[in-house]
Amino acid sequence: MTKEVLLIEDNPGDVRLTREAFRDVGMLVHLHVANDGVDAMAFLKREGAHADAPRPDFILLDLNLPKMDGREVLARIKKDESLKTIPTVILTTSAAESDVANSYQLQANCYLTKPVQLDEFEALVKNISDFWLRKVKLPQQPQG
Amino acid sequence: MNVIGEREKTMEVLLVEDNPGDARLAREAFLDVNKFIRMHLASDGLEAMAFLERQGAHSHALRPDLILLDLNLPKMDGREVLARIKGDESLKMIPTIVLSSSETDADVLISYQLQANCYLRKPAQWDAFNDLVKSINNFWLTRVKLPQQMPSG
Repeated sequence: MTKEVLLIEDNPGDVRLTREAFRDVGMLVHLHVANDGVDAMAFLKREGAHADAPRPDFILLDLNLPKMDGREVLARIKKDESLKTIPTVILTTSAAESDVANSYQLQANCYLTKPVQLDEFEALVKNISDFWLRKVKLPQQPQG
Repeated sequence: MNVIGEREKTMEVLLVEDNPGDARLAREAFLDVNKFIRMHLASDGLEAMAFLERQGAHSHALRPDLILLDLNLPKMDGREVLARIKGDESLKMIPTIVLSSSETDADVLISYQLQANCYLRKPAQWDAFNDLVKSINNFWLTRVKLPQQMPSG
């Protein structure tokens, strides 16, 4: 079954690397990209150009984003009764303890820091997809 | 692979599991893959909450870095334990993984609604269980950045 993954990331280089790493994991993944927090919320709420957007099975969220900060996006996802069950993983360059603590406080499902080295970044994305899309049991939306 | 001079930090893992056989296998599997793990066992939901809230015999209990929670537990159900952890301002930050043999979609959904950090199905076969423990160690205890303990006072 195809997994719908929403990547919320403003850096085009990181988007490209993530897309390539997901392509190599050997399973069907539809990677959707939102480049800022406002676009991410529009996608999740199926507003405007995103009226036909699928519900993501999994969200990868950067913290430092234009228009609406990743912390605000996380808070909105986890306060929304219909969105809060979507596993939301923070993937950011910030290693600040305050960002880590704040993200878990807002109920991020887990927090990962982006490695600077390309091959390590690729390995991390593979590790994320292998754990979250293969090992973890993701929630199914009830019908109707 | 250890960087010389880097201090290894002991990871405190609280396993909430009422089946003594499963608890023993889990302990052995974790210690096999990571000798810096210290496993603490609570065999029912009440004991898990006493450990987390440092009550009674658990007054000196350490704050866990990670919680592995079974759903079907005596005295206090795992769903109730999860709800209490995630409803408590000081405990909610601790990553809590549901590890249950239940395959029902309703159990998975309620766990995410209660803000479980992830849901893993406990395999019946020993080698599959061992593989899952390796995955938990490689991902949660190696890759993931866990929250640091809040400084007291």
